Amino acid sequence: MELNSNIPNGPLSEKWTKYKINQKLVNPANKRKLDIIVIGTGLAGASAAASFGEMGFNVKVFCIQDSPRRAHSIAAQGGINAAKNYANDGDSVQRLFNDTIKGGDYRAREANVYRLAEVSNNIIDQCVAQGVPFARDYSGLLANRSFGGAQVSRTFYAKGQTGQQLLLGAYGALSKEIEKGTVKMYTRREMLDLVVIDGRARGVIVRNLITGELERYAAHAVVVASGGYGRVFYLSTNAMSSNGSAIWQCYKKGACMANPCFTQIHPTCIPVHGDYQSKLTLMSESLRNDGRIWVPKDAEKARLLREGKIKATDIPEEERDYYLERRYPAFGNLVPRDVASRAAKERCDAGYGVNNTGRAVYLDFKEALQRLGKKAVEEKYGNLFEMYERIVDENPYVTPMMIYPAVHYTMGGLWVDYELQTTVKGLFAAGEANFSDHGANRLGASALMQGLSDGYFILPYTMQNYLADQINVPHFSTDSKEFEEAENAVRQKIAKILAINGNTTVDTFHRRLGHIMWEKVGMARTEQSLTEAIAEIKELRAEFWQHVKVPKTEGMNTELEKALRVADFLEMGELIARDALMRNESCGGHFRSEYQTPDGEALRDDEHYAFVAAYEYQGVDNEPVLHKEELRFENVELKQRNYK
Amino acid sequence: MNIKLKIWRQHNAAAKGEFVEYQLNEVPAEASFLEMLDILNEQLVLKGDDPVAFDHDCREGICGACGLYINGHPHGKFKNTTTCQLHMRKFKDGDTITVEPWRSEAFPIIKDLMVDRSAFDKLIQAGGYISVHTGGVPDANTIPVSKRNADLAMDAAACIGCGACVAACKNSSAMLFVGAKVSQFALLPQGQIEGEDRVQKMVARMDELGFGNCTNTFACQAECPKNISVSNIARMNRQYLAAKIGGKKTN
Ligand SMILES: Cc1cc2nc3c(=O)[nH]c(=O)nc-3n(C[C@H](O)[C@H](O)[C@H](O)COP(=O)(O)OP(=O)(O)OC[C@H]3O[C@@H](n4cnc5c(N)ncnc54)[C@H](O)[C@@H]3O)c2cc1C
Ligand code: FES
Repeated sequence: MELNSNIPNGPLSEKWTKYKINQKLVNPANKRKLDIIVIGTGLAGASAAASFGEMGFNVKVFCIQDSPRRAHSIAAQGGINAAKNYANDGDSVQRLFNDTIKGGDYRAREANVYRLAEVSNNIIDQCVAQGVPFARDYSGLLANRSFGGAQVSRTFYAKGQTGQQLLLGAYGALSKEIEKGTVKMYTRREMLDLVVIDGRARGVIVRNLITGELERYAAHAVVVASGGYGRVFYLSTNAMSSNGSAIWQCYKKGACMANPCFTQIHPTCIPVHGDYQSKLTLMSESLRNDGRIWVPKDAEKARLLREGKIKATDIPEEERDYYLERRYPAFGNLVPRDVASRAAKERCDAGYGVNNTGRAVYLDFKEALQRLGKKAVEEKYGNLFEMYERIVDENPYVTPMMIYPAVHYTMGGLWVDYELQTTVKGLFAAGEANFSDHGANRLGASALMQGLSDGYFILPYTMQNYLADQINVPHFSTDSKEFEEAENAVRQKIAKILAINGNTTVDTFHRRLGHIMWEKVGMARTEQSLTEAIAEIKELRAEFWQHVKVPKTEGMNTELEKALRVADFLEMGELIARDALMRNESCGGHFRSEYQTPDGEALRDDEHYAFVAAYEYQGVDNEPVLHKEELRFENVELKQRNYK
Repeated sequence: MNIKLKIWRQHNAAAKGEFVEYQLNEVPAEASFLEMLDILNEQLVLKGDDPVAFDHDCREGICGACGLYINGHPHGKFKNTTTCQLHMRKFKDGDTITVEPWRSEAFPIIKDLMVDRSAFDKLIQAGGYISVHTGGVPDANTIPVSKRNADLAMDAAACIGCGACVAACKNSSAMLFVGAKVSQFALLPQGQIEGEDRVQKMVARMDELGFGNCTNTFACQAECPKNISVSNIARMNRQYLAAKIGGKKTN
């Protein structure tokens, strides 16, 4: 297999324009003859499906939830970036491009990132036209705030519910097309396999989650926009149904998985509090605009805090270590996520952590409350403070919040070329499901930007370019042997799981996998921890297939849904560990303890690892084949990231 | 803490349902209500029983998937709280907790505590959007919106579509849900262009789908986990009347 990223020639700033001028088009009469399947109704899937519908294609779109409006994107809080420079603080497409490449620790493709920065402004225009109620200032114009890894204010937001409002905008556009009949929506359906005919993606097998029946759907092209796979770590900020299965089936059918080990640990989440816990809650990064992060300077005081003998408010100003401000004076509390997360871990490992677990640091609003007043703080962060108080039972206006890093986002995903096409022809990947734009670390407020960019502004062009050749291919029948085989394989897999009738619940296996991943493939990885993880995951997988207990209930079977997802996570976890072991360097969210600078920063090895690692599946028990896409940096200079 | 649960079990839409009692011991007080149900379900699975089906996803109060009728209130009796944000520390050792699905003809039961809320999607499809196409729109700052209206629009748009308003209403009315959407757009210049059409289409669809009338008991607002105000219903009614008096026909 040959990886060809299909990047157009010419200067960076002209590539996308040139692409659009030269791309092939499909005339309106022919569009009606072409079918597109979209998996997922998050920002990427909903915006793509709505746009395809408007263009006149026949679209079938699928989601797991009971309504497209509930996709995980709904939970995004903080905001969405764009290079509008409304704040007049020196922002530009070029600067957003630079920040994203640098934030990603020089492991993303220049051409894709530049295009993302270029279309970022169109996204804001589009959303405002849809009636997304972004925050405004008293002039009636749009307001902005700052996020980590940037020194400008380029983040647009709708209170602490930006993802909700953007998704409802896209859901509105989707609903409009459903009403018109161009898009057909299938809810409570889970894709369990991809159907490939003569080397091209031509359909999917889905399970109807209410009846339990398997269903077949055919199309000329398939878009996977199924979100990220962070729940391989069990505890994460992702929604309960977020999964890796859709992309994993694509991987098994020939689509390469790229940079699977690039996972993002978000620094500001509510700390873990018990074994039965099902998920972690994010406290938006926007809080770092005004909150200051600290631990006590004195380890003895930290011990007393852990034992509950003193309170955070008992520690006077001069005894607080604002360690981010100390280590990174230029960016302070607004360093990128990977840097902030590791710094918190470092302090806790050194014995300065708080909370009864010792796994927490403070995020303090005392100074902001004095500077801005309670009302202004409430206006900006009220709903987040409320959410915190509900979970922790403490009032953050009075006592500082406690936070700790948690798994949040996956930069890795299906490998795609410039057109967002995977290594399987006719199979496209969008949003968090692809690997494309964030390198080894995603900047805050850039996932929403990428999801909508892929769906509204990239795929509508590149999909046409692909389908232009397909106008004479008639609608596919789902009776072919490829559909038959794919459905049978799924049927057998389900039968095999149901037949085990063991003694251990799916959640128990998932928790155990999560424990291995967090301890050995988490924030700091070593050759030894990764080698152990690979062996332990294999063992756990074998145990799963002997001892998992799933009720045989006909029709709706929520345990079976989880079991199918966990079965895939048990394979995916191994690939993540393998990739991390292969990459003998530290970059962004991938931190190998063996590779660090004297002051503990990530130490890249550009000479040997400036490539995208794309894996080709060879069977569950065989090592995948590694393909390398060399990254060429012609417009930025490779430097050690410096946020000091 | 130890609690007794009385949970509505119903195998599928056609089956006859009933309350089943479960004793659940040593529930941690920090667990959320849904985590408590997870604990119950793990025990049921190990015993070879069918776990209780309920909708949930984000578990942080934003997706609107969860929705249980707890001790006679949608999402329980605590204000501005979704089921997933309810914690066991709000209950006492020895409590009996009754858990039911939403009860409304517009939301048929699928299984146990899970209902079919697709009627809400159909309501939005009737016109709960601005009909712009992708691309070719003006620069975002060419449409100024007063901060006051933008904030009010945001308050209305905060609806999570959980259906508690319908479940709380003795008439199963969807006026709060529709009113919130109509209001969001009525408050924004870009939404006003289709305003009269939108309100008429959405109200007509509401009737078609079998939602009841509003008799101003305001139970919807009282039980809404996002504190959506009934003033949105008033705003919708004004727009509806204006559209009717103006004699504007929907197209
Ligand atoms: C708590 C939280 C806060 C965040 N805040 C921000 C923020 O402020 N700014 C920012 O830029 N980013 C933020 N992010 C990241 C961002 O929200 C996500 O990366 C982004 O929304 C992903 O969108 P998506 O369209 O790719 O996928 P998702 O929104 O995850 O949607 C996935 C869709 O695929 C469907 N699906 C999945 N698997 C299958 C299957 N097998 N069959 C059928 N359908 C399937 C699901 O039903 C769903 O509809 C946040 C993330 C979290 C967890
Ligand atoms: S699970 Fe999403 S609102 Fe409760």
